[in-house]
Formats: sequence, structure tokens, C-alpha cells
Amino acid sequence: MPMVPKRLKPYAMIAPALAVFSLFYLYPIGYMIHLSFHEWNFISPEKTYVGLGNYREMLTDDVFLQVLRNSALYTVMTVLLATGTALPLALWLNRKSGFHAFVQGAIFSPHIISLVSVSLLWSWLMDPEYGLLNGLLHWFGIGPLKWLNDPGTALLSLVIVAVWKNLGYNTIVFIAGLQSIPPELLEAAALDRSKPWTTFRRIILPMLSPTLFFLVIINLIGSFQVFETIAIMTQGGPVHSTNTLVYYIYEYGFRYFKIGHASAAGVILLVIVGTLTLGYFRLLSRRVHYYG
Amino acid sequence: MARIDLIDVVKQFKGETVIPKLNLTIREGSFTVLVGPSGCGKTTTLRMIAGLERQTSGDILIDGACVNDVEPGKRDVAMVFQNYALYPNMTVRENIEFGLKNRGVPRRERERLVRDICEIVDLTPYLDKKPQSLSGGQRQRVALARAMVKHPKVFILDEPLSNLDAKLRVHMRTELIELHRRLGATFVYVTHDQTEAMSMGDRIVVMHRGEIMQAAAPMELYDDPDNLFTARFIGTPPMNVLPMNLLPNLGTEGEGRAEYVGFRPEHARLLPGSADPPSDGLAIAGSIITRESLGAEHVYQLRTTAGTCFVKQFLRPYAGGDFATAVVPHDRLYFFDGEGRRLRNLRAASRPEPAAAGVR
Repeated sequence: MPMVPKRLKPYAMIAPALAVFSLFYLYPIGYMIHLSFHEWNFISPEKTYVGLGNYREMLTDDVFLQVLRNSALYTVMTVLLATGTALPLALWLNRKSGFHAFVQGAIFSPHIISLVSVSLLWSWLMDPEYGLLNGLLHWFGIGPLKWLNDPGTALLSLVIVAVWKNLGYNTIVFIAGLQSIPPELLEAAALDRSKPWTTFRRIILPMLSPTLFFLVIINLIGSFQVFETIAIMTQGGPVHSTNTLVYYIYEYGFRYFKIGHASAAGVILLVIVGTLTLGYFRLLSRRVHYYG
Repeated sequence: MARIDLIDVVKQFKGETVIPKLNLTIREGSFTVLVGPSGCGKTTTLRMIAGLERQTSGDILIDGACVNDVEPGKRDVAMVFQNYALYPNMTVRENIEFGLKNRGVPRRERERLVRDICEIVDLTPYLDKKPQSLSGGQRQRVALARAMVKHPKVFILDEPLSNLDAKLRVHMRTELIELHRRLGATFVYVTHDQTEAMSMGDRIVVMHRGEIMQAAAPMELYDDPDNLFTARFIGTPPMNVLPMNLLPNLGTEGEGRAEYVGFRPEHARLLPGSADPPSDGLAIAGSIITRESLGAEHVYQLRTTAGTCFVKQFLRPYAGGDFATAVVPHDRLYFFDGEGRRLRNLRAASRPEPAAAGVR
């Protein structure tokens, strides 16, 4: 190996990774921030500097405020439901039997299907006139819901799709977490006369906290960036009821060609996701327990 | 204090029989050690007593009451696990208190009990620490305190010292013996280490392939083994066992046909190869392959035509050359049949035949 001064060796070793990271992450982020202070239509060589104009325009726009609300609501509901249902499911499925293995496989399968197919599939299921879901509800005398066509239920319908899609993955990760709990701990608890609920709350849940923490972060970031289902199933409608941040950015960027405006929204998304991640790390790292 | 009875206990795992049929009585207040090589069923036996494993058939009685259908928490049994199994998210205090809380012991009482126990095991300065920040020995103490605070009738200890370093292990041995004396509870202790078993137990149960080879007091086990397995398992170095057919000048009187003869290394005496051996003992000539000096005792490995055997001399090392004769008094010989069973009614007798090569 050619002589590299010892002091520089670590830098030389991370240089390739750093180059890729800079090219594909740091540079685009910097460029996005740069663009957010300009007006540009994607084609013309001219970029007009507008200062905070894009931000001002956006924050006074009722649609953008609704988009923020939609994103927050969608994220909170998806994270709560997708992790909240996965945990009891994992507790039930954490057993060795053919039946349990089959159910595990079944609920995991949506995870490997492309989101485009999932979106089309659910569009059919949720069709107000011919959809299977309304047919099923009719059976129970409930009826017909307009699903994606009603501003009141459209966002919730998208949440259902997201939960269905993520549930299997979350459950499998929870099961892995459960299986990493040393069995002696549960035996010690049994000898300590711990009731099932106490064992869950005082031993299983704390031991599962790294897993829970991981899933919440992953689901949170994923939900904030939801795009495919919205683009295919609702295009943000009806009346902006399902319009969320990434879709908003897409519309401004690639339909209205207002790149500056879209970049400003992108910066806001970056700030939100960044803050959430940081905040969760701070908050939960103090309450996460690792065994050892 | 409680007595434990295992009656016709059978344990199978997925159709494989681990314990064919076990009958064992653990006396109340005793320090009983289950010892045997790994896979001999000792831990399974322990776990069945604790209720963590259910026997396939048979009964387990604690204090005369059948506990087959009693869950672990209600058997009045406390267990110390090999890796301590402390709750990592709880402080030392919470770890110790957990069982009391679940029993609904009032707060004041709990505080008093925890304080008392922690004084016994020297944990008072660590009460608010998490297990991660404790050393192995301290974790061990927490595990003991957690078991003791419940004042159980039975203490179950599953290789509790195996994760400690050698020095601490010896120290903890004495502490456990002390603790047993103080508490007066029944201790059931599992180990694969026969030294640990010999030094701690007042009764030792030697197990092999799910069966009890012998259950007796330590010295009885050592001096009067029932079978080859026990004879060879207890003692370092183990008992020397040689096939009878390679010792033509050793005969027997009494019932039974001996296939093997055994003797403890310390019962043999080494004489220089040229010396005349006394006539009232078994003399085996051979060459010394290793000499190990431990200060007060010296261990020699002797290769003879009948097999390799160990000889232990005390205080004064053997000064002779590499060719030597090991002499064992006839009354120190143990005879075993082809199945490894001890033949107690057999006595040694010299045969007048001429000596074979290498064996006198």
C-alpha cells in the first residue's frame, strides 16, 4: 500500500463513502435549500431570487396548512395503529406451531407486494358501488360508505391501507424482539409470582423498548413520506382531504413546475422529520433498556 | 424447610426420554447437590421441582403435598439462575422487591426485608444501581438476595457459580454453605463440577443419562462408590480402573466375577522399579510419563501394560527413576462387574502364578 500519513488514513478510508453520501445526499439537500429562495420553472435558465417569498406564500396558504394537518393526522394514526396492533399480534404469534407460522407468513405477505399493486387492489376493494368492502358491510347492515370519495373518510381509508401494508413487518420485528428476551427472565418472573399483565408491563415491555423505538421511528418517517397510495388512489382529493407533504411537493414541482415553492416545502419536510427523529432519540434513549 | 419427593418421575422431550424413571427424596434442610456430566438430566430435574418444566409422568411432592398442578410462583420455591436472570430495567432494590410486591407485602414490611437482606449480602451501597453496572459477584449477590427475601422453603440453585472467576467461586462456595446454615432451608444445587459438589453438599446425587447413579454423603460417595461411573466421576484425579484380565497375578475371593479393579491414586505408593514390592498388595510396574507437583501433593502418571494410572503422593515427592512400581494394599481395591456395578463381597487375593511381563 502506498504510504499514507497515519493521521490521514481514517479520512482516506471513509472518503469513498463520504463522496457518495455528499453527491447523493448533502449536495441535493444544499441545492434544495438554495432553490427554496428562488423562483424557477425547471426549464428556463433564469432563477429569480425571492428571499423568503416562497415560505411566506406557503405558510399563508390554507391548502398548505391543511396538508400539514393531514400529514400529522395520517402519521399519528398510522404509527399508533400499525405498532399498536402489531404488538398484541406478535405476543399471540410468538409460538412454535404450523398454524402460527402460517399466520405470520400471511400477515407478512403485504410487505413484499409493490405499493402500486396494493393501491390498485384497495381502490377496487373500496369502490363505493362495486367494492368488496361495502358488500361485506352491507351484510352486517352497515352502509354503503364512500371511502375514498368522501373527504371525511378518505384519509382514514389511506391509513387502513398503510396499516394493512406495515402490520406484518412490524409484527415480525416485534416477534424477533420477543424472542431475544432471555427465557430465564420470564421464568424468574413466574417464580416471583408475577401476573401476566405485570410481567408484560414490568419485564416484556421494557425489554422490547429498543424494538418499539425502532419501529416507531421507521413507521413515523415512512408515514410522513407517504406518496404512492395518494398518487394512485386519491391524487390528494377530494378537496385536499388526503393531500400530504410529499404529494404537495410533487404537485408543485412536477405539475405546476414551481420548483422554488416545492423546494421550500421540501425544506419544511426535512425539518419536521429531522426534529421528530432527534426528539424521539432524546426522549426514548433514556427509557430504552438493553440487556447485558 | 421442606422435604422434596420425586416419585416415578419421567420426562420426555419430543418423544425422547431424558429421564426414564426417577425416584429421589431430598431431605428437609439438607444441602443436596445434583451432579453429573452435561445432559445427565440434573437441570431438568431441578426445573421440574421449580415447576418451570412439567414432568411427563410421576409425582413431585413438596412437604408431602403434591405440586404437580401448582404453578412455580406458588410452590414456595426460589431459584438462582446460572446467568442470574436479573431484570435489567430494574434497580437492585426493585429486583429484590419484585417478588414481594407481587405477593402484596406492604411497603413498610418490604423496605425492612430488603434492608435486612442487603445487609446480609453486602448490597446496601448498590440498592439504586442497575444490574449492568455491577460486577459478576455483585450480580450473584443480587440474585441470592432476590431468592432469600421471599423466605422460601426450598432454594434451587442452577450452577450459580459457573460464571464467576475461580477465586470468587471458592469464596462464594463458603458463603453459600454459611448461608445454608443460617437459613436452614432446603438447598437443591446443580453443578457439573464434582469439586463444588464435594465441598458444598451434605448429600450428593450423582446422575448419568437421567438416572441416579448414587445418592449419598460426600465421603461415603468417595470411599464406597456403588458403581464405576460414580467412582470415576468423583475425585481428582479420578479412580484408576484397570481390566482384571490384564492383571494375571490378582485373584479374588468371594461371590461374583470381577471384570474391573479400581483404586484411588492416593492409595497407591510408588516404589523404584528395582525394589521388591510387599506381598499383601497389588503391584503394577510401569514407566512414569508425567510428574505434576502441586506443593503438598504430587501426581504421577504411570504407563503400565494394564493401562495408564495416576498415583498421588503426599508431602514427599517420589525420588526414584522413571521405571517404577505402584503398590496398592489389597483392602484398598474396588471390584466391579462387566456392567460397572460394584462387587462389595469380593476380596483380593494374590495368585502364586509367575509374573507376566511388566506386571508382577
